[in-house]
Amino acid sequence: MTGPVQAATGRRTAAPRSADGRAHRLATTAMGVVGELMITLGALLLAFVVWQLWWTDVEGDRAQAAIVDELDWVPVPTTSATPVAQPRTDASPALAEPEHAVTFATLYVPRWGAEYVRPISQGVDRAGVLDPLGIGHYPGTAMPGDVGNFAVSGHRTTYGKPFNLVADLAVGDPLVVRTADDWFVYRVTSTEIVGPRDVQVIAPVPGDPAAVPTERLITLTTCHPMYSARERFIVHGVLDYWLAGQDSFPPEITGGA
Amino acid sequence: MMYGWLWRHLPGPAWVRATTVLIAAFVVLTVCFLWVFPAVAPLMPFNNTTVGGSS
Repeated sequence: MTGPVQAATGRRTAAPRSADGRAHRLATTAMGVVGELMITLGALLLAFVVWQLWWTDVEGDRAQAAIVDELDWVPVPTTSATPVAQPRTDASPALAEPEHAVTFATLYVPRWGAEYVRPISQGVDRAGVLDPLGIGHYPGTAMPGDVGNFAVSGHRTTYGKPFNLVADLAVGDPLVVRTADDWFVYRVTSTEIVGPRDVQVIAPVPGDPAAVPTERLITLTTCHPMYSARERFIVHGVLDYWLAGQDSFPPEITGGA
Repeated sequence: MMYGWLWRHLPGPAWVRATTVLIAAFVVLTVCFLWVFPAVAPLMPFNNTTVGGSS
């Protein structure tokens, strides 16, 4: 390099530049670009957290409300009404398991608010059911009203978080499942916290996979603690009664009980 | 550095450049929220919940 060329490229100082000075400026520029890239990466990570913890709920709530609307079942009256049908405890009509990702029931839980209603769909994979559709029914477990264990899974946080308030449930609380034809009113009998591999909780007789079921049970499974997948929060319930027909409503969800 | 270069090469007065930058940032965030993040989320270790399927 000759003196005049260096003088032309050096903008901040007229002092003669050496090859060392050029290398120094190049390094400074590179560091600056790397720094800006890291700031950009940090901003994107922050945006991802916002998306995961907030936006998936916005989309999930909207999507699940739309699914319930599309079922187009008779709306639940807002005033307390006497059920037309008598509560029944005999065998209910057997339901066949639907195709994967088909919504076949809704869940009402008065403990989680009078407005709470979420769709239940077939399958428990995240991409096909739990993320886009809300609550999922474990394939192979009983259907609503069946002898055995009607086992469902749902997010406790993010993606509409259908089971967000699971820890608020108390023994005796109603879990009301509605199908296209009937209503099934279960009551919470116990809750427990287990490891992710303790799949015997969804066995026909929870905790005893070899036993032959005689009761009509429901089991909710979700994550525990919140924002973690380290353990599972499990709610067991037993069928109290069922109602035949779309135009009768359990007093549990109409404010009559 | 690169943002400085971008700022110097954007056309118009300062407020026009600022508006351009804001719109660009909004577009980038929208693309991330609607397509990039949903695609990346299943790869995150904290989203690996599948043994019984719940989460």
